[in-house]
Amino acid sequence: MINALSMPCAVVTAVGVGALIAALRRDGYRVIGPTLRDQAIVVDTIRTLDDLPRGWTDHQEVAGYRLQRRDDAALFGYALGPQGWKRLLHPPVQPLWQMADAAGEPAASPPETERLAFLGVRACELRAIAIQDRVFLGGAARDPHYAARRAGLFVIAVNCGTAGGNCFCVSMASGPRVESGFDLVLTELLDEATPRYLVECGSDNGAKFLATLPKRAAEETDLAAARAISEATRASMRRAMPAGDHAALLRANPTHPRWDEVARRCLTCGNCTAVCPTCFCTAISDQSDITGRNMARERRWDSCFTSEFSFIHGGSVRSSGRSRYRQWLTHKLSTWVDQFGSSGCVGCGRCITWCPVGIDLTEEVRAIAANPTAEESRDDNA
Amino acid sequence: MVGIAEPAAAAAAEDPMLPRRGRVRARKRELDGVVTLEIVPEAEFSAASAGQFNMLGLPGIGEIPISLSSDPAQGDGLVHTVRAVGPVSAALSRLTPGDTVWLRGPFGVGWPLAELAGRDVVVVSGGLGLAPLRPVLHRLLAERTRYGQIVLLHGARSPTEILYRREIAAWRRRLDIDIAITLDHAGADWRGHVGVVTHLIPQAAFDPHHATALVCGPEVMMRFAIAALGAAGLAASAIFLSLERNMQCAIGLCGHCQFGPFFVCRDGPVFRYDKVAPWLSVKEI
Repeated sequence: MINALSMPCAVVTAVGVGALIAALRRDGYRVIGPTLRDQAIVVDTIRTLDDLPRGWTDHQEVAGYRLQRRDDAALFGYALGPQGWKRLLHPPVQPLWQMADAAGEPAASPPETERLAFLGVRACELRAIAIQDRVFLGGAARDPHYAARRAGLFVIAVNCGTAGGNCFCVSMASGPRVESGFDLVLTELLDEATPRYLVECGSDNGAKFLATLPKRAAEETDLAAARAISEATRASMRRAMPAGDHAALLRANPTHPRWDEVARRCLTCGNCTAVCPTCFCTAISDQSDITGRNMARERRWDSCFTSEFSFIHGGSVRSSGRSRYRQWLTHKLSTWVDQFGSSGCVGCGRCITWCPVGIDLTEEVRAIAANPTAEESRDDNA
Repeated sequence: MVGIAEPAAAAAAEDPMLPRRGRVRARKRELDGVVTLEIVPEAEFSAASAGQFNMLGLPGIGEIPISLSSDPAQGDGLVHTVRAVGPVSAALSRLTPGDTVWLRGPFGVGWPLAELAGRDVVVVSGGLGLAPLRPVLHRLLAERTRYGQIVLLHGARSPTEILYRREIAAWRRRLDIDIAITLDHAGADWRGHVGVVTHLIPQAAFDPHHATALVCGPEVMMRFAIAALGAAGLAASAIFLSLERNMQCAIGLCGHCQFGPFFVCRDGPVFRYDKVAPWLSVKEI
């Protein structure tokens, strides 16, 4: 882990943020950051400062998201968009290989060579990237496509100045303050007429870019203001995952009656898996053109909420919605720890915002924790 | 960015999803809709062990996991028994000698052959579950004196559904392996057992304190077989089973084969029963 305070830091204005975007672009990076589209703040290619959602915020509640105007010129005054950075490092569709002739050889899809710079990554999202690093790069089999995208990545993190309605990163120990895994981290300071940004470095590459920006030296008041913002965000976070060993709790409760209860509400739509920044499952399928000569294999995001997900000859292993919700939540909070050494949840709350029926995983865990030895659901005897 | 990734070129060179060409050397029809293919990889292919599987693919159609079904020590071909139940397995079943098939593998954890020396070995199989156990039987019989009693208990639907029927007849003539076959349905001309394979376990000749059981078949059959083996006195740690789950990548990245904390493709398909017992008893896990 890199201690940000041992590296250079400085204060810039919005002009400096714009200069950073320009400098990264000049250096060959495609800058990805927050921008307004489809009545949401999404991440997409950023060309200038004007692409950022200046003066906008997002109001989030259970099964609810809407944009609202702020009364200031904040560039990062929102919590989290519907989709994070996952789709850029682990895209929804990834070609694996192509074959131009049945007698030929499969040609591996070349790994990405474009270098990406992410602008506006929050603490929970950095944790999610670290978790996907373990999934795709930490095991015996490494994913070359993820590795290539990840290798050239430049990360500009942002310390959250506001807690979204469904955020619970404090209880997952993944935020709101960025600790590691960044090149630069910004804290947006809004206590003066014009926003200013404390910029701290997390890498030599970050320091190299900071050196090119119009800036002034950071003073103790700037550092104190930044710390106060993280503290205020922490203090204003209303939602929390209940304390306790979730891995053990869910391991011990595969037959808890709460699974029946949540299954009555769950539509098995898979929205939670699509917006989750750590869900990584994919389906692999072949395509061929009408001549039958040109063939390709690709992988696409898949969801454990479909019945096809667990299909084997004879039928799906998880035919009930109940078993599919249980698989998702148990994987996220329990078996993930067995597989990858940490929880798969970062507390971003997206699955709560984007669940059409408002299922809140923290409530589900609380219900099971409240009655951990409840009588078995009746159809659980295999 | 900080740490983590290596140069892209090095990663691409070992792309785990890129299949390698093999050629069908022989095709044998086993049962209705079941064939055994012997496939010769064109380039060097890592040696598999009994219980492991390869991904067999046909570009434009897809790729499926198929267990190795003959002793890797015998010959250079990869032998796979395939039942035509889906688009890929149906297309694989139609391959004839000389045809190309694409391979990735071998994958997974196989049967604990090294732990069987000096012990009685009880093989319990149902239907096509005999296929991944066939390489074990080849090995046991090739080194017969290294083991105690060898018992094969096999269940099939009907007389025409007995897999490797001629080979089983040849093993029977050896007199150093006890074989019992039971059928779900049989006519008056069947003189063997009728009923589920688990009923053969109490009658089988083995010392439960010095035996290891290897079980493969439909999951419900394996649950009952494990219960019967336990009742016969086998410890949970002396029972191994091979699980089937949806597998698409075979390298623990696609997520489909999860079984509790395990990726069946990577941590299995063969598991020691006591390691998976808590999950095996939960429906739809």
